[in-house]
Amino acid sequence: MDDGATILNTHHWPAGISRVPFWVYQDPAVLRAEQKRIFEGPVWHFLCLDVDIENHGDYRTTFIGDMPVVVVRGEAGALHGFENRCAHRGALIAFNDDGNTKDFTCAYHAWRYDLQGNLCSVAFQRGVGGKGGMPAEFDLRQHGPRKLRVDSIGGLVFGTLDPAAPTLEAFLSPPIVAKIKRVFNRKLEVIGRFTQHLPNNWKMYAENIRDTYHASLLHLFFTTFKITRFDQAGGVTISPDGAHHASATIGKGIETQSVYKDQGIRSDNEEFLLRDDSFLASNPEFGDDIQLQNVALFPGTMLQQLYNSLAVRQTVPRGVDGMDLHWTFVGFADDTPEMRKMRLKQANLAGPAGYVSMEDGCIGNFVQRGVAAASDEIAIVEMGGYESESQNTRATEASVRGFWKNYRRLMEI
Amino acid sequence: MPGMDTLYQVSALNTAYAATIDGDRLEDWPGFFHADCLYKITTAENVRRGRLAGIIYADSRGMLEDRVAAIRRANIFETHAYRHVIGMASILNEDADGIRAEAPFLVVRTMRDGQMTLFAAGRYQDLLRPDETGALRFAERVVICDSPRFDTLVAIPL
Ligand code: FES
Ligand SMILES: [Fe+2]
Repeated sequence: MDDGATILNTHHWPAGISRVPFWVYQDPAVLRAEQKRIFEGPVWHFLCLDVDIENHGDYRTTFIGDMPVVVVRGEAGALHGFENRCAHRGALIAFNDDGNTKDFTCAYHAWRYDLQGNLCSVAFQRGVGGKGGMPAEFDLRQHGPRKLRVDSIGGLVFGTLDPAAPTLEAFLSPPIVAKIKRVFNRKLEVIGRFTQHLPNNWKMYAENIRDTYHASLLHLFFTTFKITRFDQAGGVTISPDGAHHASATIGKGIETQSVYKDQGIRSDNEEFLLRDDSFLASNPEFGDDIQLQNVALFPGTMLQQLYNSLAVRQTVPRGVDGMDLHWTFVGFADDTPEMRKMRLKQANLAGPAGYVSMEDGCIGNFVQRGVAAASDEIAIVEMGGYESESQNTRATEASVRGFWKNYRRLMEI
Repeated sequence: MPGMDTLYQVSALNTAYAATIDGDRLEDWPGFFHADCLYKITTAENVRRGRLAGIIYADSRGMLEDRVAAIRRANIFETHAYRHVIGMASILNEDADGIRAEAPFLVVRTMRDGQMTLFAAGRYQDLLRPDETGALRFAERVVICDSPRFDTLVAIPL
């Protein structure tokens, strides 16, 4: 049994949330325990968008940790979800990314499921010509894939396997719900999907999206090109339990050197100017001065508003030292052509090739390789203290501590 | 049926394009494009579904020059190199708007430690027009990768 207590028989973790031992990124037993306690635990996981499964019978396949799942639009707009695993011998029930169907028939031996994941028929259940078939007492209702609770907020569909989990809104907490609804306030449209494979343990990315400290230190695009961001204020809102965070950068937008150039003021070094900064034009669309808002949801989902570039990032572990990051870039269905064009141009900022995000693709791997021989050494997470409360600065690791606080609680480790 | 001359010119351009990127002469890469252009890296799935976003999206040569400047001066990543193998182009159409062509590509990425990966496979969907000197340049180059997945990061253009 891979649980926290067993793991601690062979590993040590100092008390508190400001020190993290490196074995948590390395031990396959930890990953197995995470599947049970975090991915299948009392946690809601992002699955897809409402608009991915708009019509009755639409479905989409995705993952909760290692577990393949199917999300379905049922009768009267109801959302259903279940493990993508046939009750017979375990084959995938649906093996496409998405589709529309009346029901699901397993390809292997044609066991059939309704849109809620209930097993409704077994091929040749009574045999053929009186021979073979299932035992008379075999009861379809006793068998089926594990079911999810599914709910949505702001057009984002979430699921949990744990019947004891709180409601989605309670899990997210009111301050985080408000941040989500600030951006995701009307019908979305997918404008691009990309997967980025990160050669690092998934928790390094969970930390990274909460790590407001690294942003201006690792990502040098803005400073290199002397792009002045009038960021007067900013800070981090953390849910009361420490699990989720929303960072905000508040200001009047961005000003590039071309503004000075236009005014005839010469810069010291023209080669550090952007030739075409049209993609940095500021188009506030949420009725406030928040230029950047990144919402990190426990464990590994990030909702990004980078000026007008909106995206959902979903973390799927791939072994102990790899993960897939699924980027879904969205706009609103009622975008003007100009706004849509701006979103396409600003997609340069964050993504697998993003000006201010590409480093996150390799930095976790630098850690993974750096700690290769250091299982029993520890990382220091003490910027901004020892706790995980909201702070009015971004030079803090409070949100990272919030992640570990909830991680240790759920893992009982 | 477009002439052999067009096919030769497009193929020569593709060869020079690959040699420029693979030879780390990135400063010369924007020169393959018109001042008004479209360069985009996307996936076959996005194209099939009419989704317009790319992981790199530039609608001017200036934006391509900025990409190069960012890669050289701002972005942080481990040293690596590409080797493009660009297949024979198909000339799809040639009219007053320009030449529509398509070519398959493979890109092998070699890391600092020698690790080699088949990094990308796909096709270039191009619109070419002559510049003022008569040389063909890309008015559009859409890089359509077969896989939806990119390993680690995409810094150097495809
Ligand atoms: S595994 Fe699905 S029907 Fe046999
Ligand atoms: Fe980052």
